Amino acid sequence: MEADLIIKLDGLKKHYPIGGGHFTALNGINLDFARGEFAALIGPSGSGKTTMINIIGSLDMPSEGRVTFMGYSIGELNAKSAALIRSSKMGFIFQTYNLLPVYTVFENVELPLLLLGIEKSTRKKMVRDAIEWVGLTDKIKSKPPQLSGGESQRVAIARAMVKKPAVVFADEPTANLDAANSHHILQTMEKLNRELQTTFIFATHDEKVISYVRRRIYLSDGLVVRDERVAPQRTEV
Amino acid sequence: MIRFLLKGLIRDRHRSLLPIIVTALGVMLTVVFHSWLTGVLGDSIEYNARFASGHVKAMTPAYHSNMQQMPNDLAILGAGQMMDSLQVLYPFMDWVERIHFAGLIDVPDENGETRIQGNALGLGIDLLSPTSQETERLNLQQSLRTGNLPARPGEALMSHEFSAKLGIKTGDVFTLIGSTMYRELAVYNFTLSGTVEFGTTALDRGSVIVDLQDARFALNMEDAAGEILGFNVSGYFDEEMTGQVINEFNSRFYDTEDIFSTMMISLRDQNNMGTFLDYSTKLIGLLLVIFITAMSIILWNAGLLGGLRRYGEFGMRLAIGEEKNHVYRTMIYESLIIGILGSVGGVFLGMLIASYLQKNGIDLGIMMKNATILIPSVFHARITSQTWYIGFIPGVFSALIGTMLAGIGIYKRQTARLIKELQA
Repeated sequence: MEADLIIKLDGLKKHYPIGGGHFTALNGINLDFARGEFAALIGPSGSGKTTMINIIGSLDMPSEGRVTFMGYSIGELNAKSAALIRSSKMGFIFQTYNLLPVYTVFENVELPLLLLGIEKSTRKKMVRDAIEWVGLTDKIKSKPPQLSGGESQRVAIARAMVKKPAVVFADEPTANLDAANSHHILQTMEKLNRELQTTFIFATHDEKVISYVRRRIYLSDGLVVRDERVAPQRTEV
Repeated sequence: MIRFLLKGLIRDRHRSLLPIIVTALGVMLTVVFHSWLTGVLGDSIEYNARFASGHVKAMTPAYHSNMQQMPNDLAILGAGQMMDSLQVLYPFMDWVERIHFAGLIDVPDENGETRIQGNALGLGIDLLSPTSQETERLNLQQSLRTGNLPARPGEALMSHEFSAKLGIKTGDVFTLIGSTMYRELAVYNFTLSGTVEFGTTALDRGSVIVDLQDARFALNMEDAAGEILGFNVSGYFDEEMTGQVINEFNSRFYDTEDIFSTMMISLRDQNNMGTFLDYSTKLIGLLLVIFITAMSIILWNAGLLGGLRRYGEFGMRLAIGEEKNHVYRTMIYESLIIGILGSVGGVFLGMLIASYLQKNGIDLGIMMKNATILIPSVFHARITSQTWYIGFIPGVFSALIGTMLAGIGIYKRQTARLIKELQA
């Protein structure tokens, strides 16, 4: 299952200018990700995990090295091509959910499909399916301010998954959730990973997330210090 | 997608209703301010025009040279024929004859002996012709303090202050002692029909207003008039149009070698009104520039802050695959929609207020009580063609420019940075 390589990082470096010098967030990363992986980038704040996710997700550009995503070299993409790849092949889940507060759950999940220009009846079905995956059918007409943190994050998962992307990037998805909600959304993501073969890459230092993933990549000061494949060790609540 | 974004715009009051209200208020204030300023300065000019200068004035060059002395011996002769010519040649103007005179008012006691005398400045206007608009032009009905307007020959109006000083009341007879146009003694009796108060010292100090024909009898000015005034029928001074009339009239009637030919001058050429007109135009321009700049900065800032506030949302939209150009374009469209709606609302509200002020005005008479120049006591707004668009343009474009500037950040920042701003 994991033999189908979809992401490849060769000597990835990222520097940010600070004052007269620069801060190195990533200092030569070499990694591969295969289709269907359920992996986590683990490390303390400032270790470079969010930077790496942003670069693979074409939200940021590498300073040096090469990042290949499904055959596309991220550093060489123009803004239009990068947007097209993000809209069709990537999903993002953020720590703060980033839902649009004036739209309903249905409309928030519908947005990525509108960008893809999917026809209305198909779109409707896809949105309903995605909301069903995360178990929020009864909240379909609610707006984000009416939802709990866990429910909001499940909407964010549905929004990321609705277009059935190849890869979902989840940056600290459980940081604002209690233990029960964290397990709930992790189980949801694991189920989607299993059923839809979607690759999930987490940036986290949450033990609960780490207990679910099958690959753990430890980062420190912009370098990979350990990369291990493990059987999930769940700590259910 | 457009419907989706419009839905969001309508639902998010911070993005739609509040900016529309702010824009509408700014535009409304600009419209009211412009119409009020134009009206107030215009009223001062028109007040002068109605009482003294007309929009244009015809007289003999000799009279013009000594105009301050009201030299009726140098008046236009054959004024009736001149009036006929003017009405045929320039029917778009209302032409009226006026006679200014100075004299002594003598008030007799019960024995017919002089009780008191006072110096008067007289004005002969057409009060009794049924088609005359002079009563309305000088706002006499509203200025009446006691009695009535003259209804028959031999009746006169007097400023209320002057009548009180002389101790006469309506129905009393007084005598005008002056000089005919042939420099003979003029003595003529008038009956006081009413007293008037204009609210300005210049007119209230010693004015006597009589019918034109009475003035002619009294001053022996048969078919003569010191001045013929022309008023644009629109009611407002139009410099370009009056300039054309003056040029045409002077080329036809004015002989520079003949001091008794007839010449025409503009309102601009009298009583320093040219300076006042230039001053008014510049003042209106300057105040509007200051006001519109201040309003534009507020709206520009609102557009800028509105855009900056949404960086996080833009970051999220970019992350799920929306193109930067599309995000930027939708920002601009939103700003345009809000700007247009706000500006239309602002113009509508502003015009409502301006129309009310144009019709009713605001009475500032109490502040004008001691004014020694011809200045009205009631000031009106005035709606011009400029009033319709003066607020609309900054209303639409200020916020748009602010939004465009805020939108540049979308291009300058990496998408990851925009998302971080949402999470901050």
